[in-house]
Amino acid sequence: MNAAAVRLSGISKKFGALWANRDVSLDIQAGSIHAIVGENGAGKSTLTKIIYGLFSPTSGSISIRGKAVRLNSPREAITEGIGMVHQHFMLIPELTVTENIILGDERSPLFAALKKKEAVSNIQSIAESHGLTVDPNALVSELSVGEEQRVEILKLLYREAEILILDEPTAVLTPSETEQLFKTLRSLQEKGKTVILITHKLNEVLAVSDTVSVMRKGRIVATEPTASVTKSDLANLMVGRNVLLKIDNPPEKPGKDILNVSHVNLTDTKGRSRIDDLSFKVRAGEIYGIAGVEGNGQSELLDLLWGMVDPQCIINGSVTLDGVNLKGKNPAEIASSGVSHIPEDRLKHAVVPDFSIEENIVFGRHRENTFRRLGGFDAASVARYTKRMIDQYDVRCNLESNPPLGTLSGGNQQKIVLAREIDRPNLKLLILAQPTRGVDIGAIEMIHKKIIEARDKGIAILLVSAELEEIISLSSRIGCLYKGSIRREFSTEEIRKGRGSEQNFGKEIGMFIT
Amino acid sequence: MRNSFFKLAVPVLAVVAALLISALLIMATGRNPLMIYQKMFSMTFGSDYGTGQIVFRTTSLILTGLAVAIPFKVKLFNIGGEGQVLAGAVTAATVGIVLPSETPPLIAITLCSLSAMIAGGFVGLFAGWLKVRFGVNEVISTIMLNFIVQALAGYLLTWHLAVPSTVHTPEIIRSAQLPMFDSIIGIWQKSPANISTLFALAACLASWVMIFKTITGYEMRAVGLQPEAADYAGINANAHLMKAMAIGGAMAGLASTNLVLGYKHFYEAGLTSGIGFIGIAVALLAFAHPLWLVASALLFGFLEYGGLTVNAYVPKDIFMMVQAVTILMILVLTKAMRGS
Ligand SMILES: Nc1ncnc2c1ncn2[C@@H]1O[C@H](COP(=O)(O)OP(=O)(O)OP(=O)(O)O)[C@@H](O)[C@H]1O
Ligand SMILES: [Mg+2]
Repeated sequence: MNAAAVRLSGISKKFGALWANRDVSLDIQAGSIHAIVGENGAGKSTLTKIIYGLFSPTSGSISIRGKAVRLNSPREAITEGIGMVHQHFMLIPELTVTENIILGDERSPLFAALKKKEAVSNIQSIAESHGLTVDPNALVSELSVGEEQRVEILKLLYREAEILILDEPTAVLTPSETEQLFKTLRSLQEKGKTVILITHKLNEVLAVSDTVSVMRKGRIVATEPTASVTKSDLANLMVGRNVLLKIDNPPEKPGKDILNVSHVNLTDTKGRSRIDDLSFKVRAGEIYGIAGVEGNGQSELLDLLWGMVDPQCIINGSVTLDGVNLKGKNPAEIASSGVSHIPEDRLKHAVVPDFSIEENIVFGRHRENTFRRLGGFDAASVARYTKRMIDQYDVRCNLESNPPLGTLSGGNQQKIVLAREIDRPNLKLLILAQPTRGVDIGAIEMIHKKIIEARDKGIAILLVSAELEEIISLSSRIGCLYKGSIRREFSTEEIRKGRGSEQNFGKEIGMFIT
Repeated sequence: MRNSFFKLAVPVLAVVAALLISALLIMATGRNPLMIYQKMFSMTFGSDYGTGQIVFRTTSLILTGLAVAIPFKVKLFNIGGEGQVLAGAVTAATVGIVLPSETPPLIAITLCSLSAMIAGGFVGLFAGWLKVRFGVNEVISTIMLNFIVQALAGYLLTWHLAVPSTVHTPEIIRSAQLPMFDSIIGIWQKSPANISTLFALAACLASWVMIFKTITGYEMRAVGLQPEAADYAGINANAHLMKAMAIGGAMAGLASTNLVLGYKHFYEAGLTSGIGFIGIAVALLAFAHPLWLVASALLFGFLEYGGLTVNAYVPKDIFMMVQAVTILMILVLTKAMRGS
């Protein structure tokens, strides 16, 4: 029998008192696409980081293609042909694609002239053979997220990686980019490469993988050929109970207009029009979903509503909250007038990874009187509140050891942000950008319930999401954002009808956003 | 757990390594390092006077260390301690001279110290303002401000303040002079240790409270750790940058009271030279933590005075090298441990 590409034997990893991985034994067959699924905090990222040499296991051993190895750093992993695409890309925006790819692997002695021409053609041929379309001479700062990811993959292929690890690669991709990524993965597989794929989207697992392993609480609880499992099998294995793949969404009772965006134009610093005569209203007690492909004005709209637009941009039109102007106000003022905001990029914009969980739970809400005493925090009140939020949002963490937020698993960090923003007192408007990005399906169910609960309390909710499914199942009305304006708005009745045949409805929406 | 272990291990390793290197240097001068260390100890912590000298030096270094440590929390590197302490010294001396001699001590001391803090704070604030208004790198602006303050202080001393044909000002009024520990509780006799040590300790404690226990400090740390997230959370980063620089400068300004109000009772050319720079090292060794600063300042105070005590046997420059080697070791070790 030919040796597995990666063989893990009895791998355990302990962080303090917590076993992130416990006695994991797993064979990953060469030339296969092997998916790993599991709840937030199950230990998926930890396991792959061990394979990539970022963490050393507390016990257990690894062999690569039949050879026992001890990997002490990513550098050593790379020499064994293992590469990893991180969720947060590590590219230098000021350099070109080629420069980024050859960085650290110039294949020439120090001080010898860089053989850039050669590198460019080399990269081009790798790119073409795997459908990784990207201009080798473009500056990374000009690339879209999907393109950046392709550069990361190219970087690995350029270093002749045989085993590729991708940790939640599709979280930041548009559906068509996801399709393209999967084509690339299949083409890599044809060339005999091995792919380890972590994802929370079970449809993707079914669509692309050969084998799937389910992790729970640090252990592998099942490894099956993908062809032999269904979505609900996987969901059950992951969370150990039946998950509602469809949530219960009772009819809404919308009230008065809360957010009123009227004839807004936004021109960026380079003179390009980003928002073009955009108008829509969000009423109290309804969820207004914005469907659209990234880059059609979503980021600019979100920045505008949160007072984060570059002051050099030109903005026309009006934005009001409950009749009061929002334009030109700063985030602190906007927040205090009853607005909450979950930004797209959680790690960069919504948390301080080095702060504790408690410090993050009050981050941005630290001016609220309940948390304050004299010039500082009311420690007892913050602690009580944190405990409550952690219970309510099912955040998996060891609160007693007071860990920095950065050591929580990705999905659990997201839950902290959600808890903090949805639970803001006197909330009138809740702005959610990709609220369930990176959280497991059990948690999605819980979060969707919380969002509907907030809606039923009379909060106006603006939902921006790349997940059409999410938009369709939650929204009271849907606006299709295309090139900076709403191209088509679906009414509550249309959506209710559409939910009956979600596939077709999704396609219909799709027509208005591309 | 791993983290806090490294945090302790780095300075300890650095100090040990520096001591070993200095032992080699001492041997190179043909002396027995053990003999030198033993002499050094008996003349510093081994003696009442020596301890007082160390306390005196430590006091200034705690405050110039804070001048670096506080801006460090918002990721600003204040190299301007030198100029800030000088601005404080000239101001404290001037106020101490012009006050009527019947001013009660409490008022005289408060006025002198406060004006020193304001002067130092203003120099720091100016660098902070240049940063937020024009984006001027604070390392460059504080270095430039050091030169400017130096020139200004030189001019003021020579043309306006100095006692004719000397390089020092007249004495400050009696009531502005800080009591010695010697005269109040009879310890550290004849040494220059004065009650400004209490100011320094209070300043450390206050800084610790400010940074870790107040909302202001919380916001400052957020600005330092994740500036973009701080923006989204509605935190006014610019205000915090300026505040941190102003407070840092004020701490350096306060350091001058130890020298002017406590020790010399006048300002003379070069009185504050060097302590601003050593403050950088003190802060680095303490990872910019206001409480660790006390231990770090104590080490540097010891090396500085200890070097003097054995000057007869080995050049005191060796101990300046030890200070510098310690800092280099810290930088190297932190990098090495992060990298692994
Ligand atoms: N550096 C660290 N220090 C301490 N604990 C950690 C560290 N990294 C991970 N953990 C803990 O290990 C457990 C597993 O985390 P991991 O990131 O592997 O989860 P995951 O399966 O990738 O989850 P998610 O789907 O949310 O990304 C979590 O409880 C997490 O808090
Ligand atoms: Mg993860």
